[in-house]
Amino acid sequence: MGIPLESHAQRPAADRGAAPWRQVLRRLVRNRLAMLGLAIILAFVILAALAPWIAPYDPLRSSFGARLKPPSAEHWLGTDELGRDLFSRLLYGARISLRIGLISVAIGIAVGVPLGALSAYYGGWVDLTVQRVIDVMLAFPGILLAIVLVSVLGVGLEQVMIAVGIVSIPIYTRLVRGSALAVKRKEFVEAARAAGARDVVIIARHILPNCLAPVIVQSTLQVGSAILWAAGLGFLGLGAQPPTPEWGTILSRGRQYLLVAPHITTATGLAIMLVVLGFNLLGDGLRDALDPRLKE
Amino acid sequence: MSQYILRRLALMVPVLFGVSVVVFAMVRMIPGDPARIMAGEAATEEVVERIREQLGLNKHPVIQYGIFLQNLLRGDLGRSTLSRLPVLDELGAALPATFELAAASMLIALAIGISTGVLSAVRPNSWIDAVSMFIALLGVSMPVFWLGLMLMLLFSLHLGWFPTAGHGTWRHLVLPAVTLGLSSAAIIARMTRSSMLEVLRQDYVRTARAKGVPEARVVLRHALRNALIPVVTVTGLQFGNLLGGAVLTETVFAWPGIGRLMAGAITARDYPVVQGSVLTVALAFILINLLVDVLYAYIDPAIRYD
Repeated sequence: MGIPLESHAQRPAADRGAAPWRQVLRRLVRNRLAMLGLAIILAFVILAALAPWIAPYDPLRSSFGARLKPPSAEHWLGTDELGRDLFSRLLYGARISLRIGLISVAIGIAVGVPLGALSAYYGGWVDLTVQRVIDVMLAFPGILLAIVLVSVLGVGLEQVMIAVGIVSIPIYTRLVRGSALAVKRKEFVEAARAAGARDVVIIARHILPNCLAPVIVQSTLQVGSAILWAAGLGFLGLGAQPPTPEWGTILSRGRQYLLVAPHITTATGLAIMLVVLGFNLLGDGLRDALDPRLKE
Repeated sequence: MSQYILRRLALMVPVLFGVSVVVFAMVRMIPGDPARIMAGEAATEEVVERIREQLGLNKHPVIQYGIFLQNLLRGDLGRSTLSRLPVLDELGAALPATFELAAASMLIALAIGISTGVLSAVRPNSWIDAVSMFIALLGVSMPVFWLGLMLMLLFSLHLGWFPTAGHGTWRHLVLPAVTLGLSSAAIIARMTRSSMLEVLRQDYVRTARAKGVPEARVVLRHALRNALIPVVTVTGLQFGNLLGGAVLTETVFAWPGIGRLMAGAITARDYPVVQGSVLTVALAFILINLLVDVLYAYIDPAIRYD
């Protein structure tokens, strides 16, 4: 047993029992790719928010004289089959995609997280039942479940948000259940129960906060997935209906003019890819920051 | 081992039941008269009445479900409102094409994904690693059907190397298979890399190296085998996704598989076909997951005793 080379007080303030969140944040900020992802997301959010002010044209205004024009000084990304400015439509589409991403993730969290926590905490037949329901939902590949839901709910933007939200519920349920099962066995939960704390309090105060990290990582990645799923549904004609400038719907229309006006499909797809990339970069970075053991 | 398989099969039963309930409920939840929905807009009143009788739509929902299940087990999935052919025939015609595409895509995905993942893992933080992982990340960030359209634009429309659509020759298979394959390859590459890195840190790998085993043997003989275990799970999931997710790619390339059948049926409100194809894909997905679980247990004995 040696003498410590420096006392606790001599260690740099930054390392001295700094709140775990601060350490996580520091690791995240040092990850350049994660910061790139964050920058992309922020740019996307700002552009979407300011769309009504920065869009050079009305996204719904057709101009038959300017149909299928390639990118030019007048129309930065060209025009679509009705002469509408593509750049303006993509900007407004960003608002829609952002809404879809956030609302569907919110649905997934609001239903999936409590379900997973309750399932793990109570165990027994509650757990068995919930797990079987989740199994049935997971028996359908993601996009297929979304298609089934949209067939029932009807086509449209709100229906897509709900459908994509419901599809993400099993992911959160499984995730939180796994974390909650691990936490449930820890001493502080035993202690709380012995002290007579109510179940709801134990779940909310002790179990859920420890599941927070994987939920945050998953949510970041899930926004990207939601945008992809919604684009897929839009491409199949099940999403927002024309003339709404939803990215998937634009791709679907643009496909018919692939040879004569490839800029429509190319630009829209690049926009989707860039935004989803941003969320994936940030999500990966968060995962590494929250569990440095996994980082190589 | 057989205990494990039996247990998994037993767990499958409630899931199959649940899936059949979902598919049954699906059509009946659509606003409108289910008999009219199943018969189609163009059907006469007599046909609608006949369907109403056949499906027992006047009876209690539980009895209706019983009739549905009975028909299902007899292979009677109704008739397409468009073609008037039995749904089972339509599915039968479409399934081989879907399997053809799924198999070809999976081969491409595994070949590219595993080799890239291994290469990245044995040269971590090198430029090979950085470039391949970034490309893989781009791959999981882009819509699959957009990749298909871009490949079509370049290789079909501009270069004329491959047809844009259809089925019949190996040329028709290339673009859709590459589209789906590259997309899955990206996921498999990332998974293989992280799994491989984990395995390469293990003591037995260090021992093998210390014993003087050539690096190639260490990687391929000792490490890869264990690293592939989680990759098996991901691959299984991907195969399932290829069956369902192929909806979009099959639509882009007019590939006559189940995906395209389903997409067409949805647009045309041909609900018997929608119902039949959803059921088929879900069933295939469940079976594949079962196979993956069994394979996983075979490779990793610890799972069997869980």
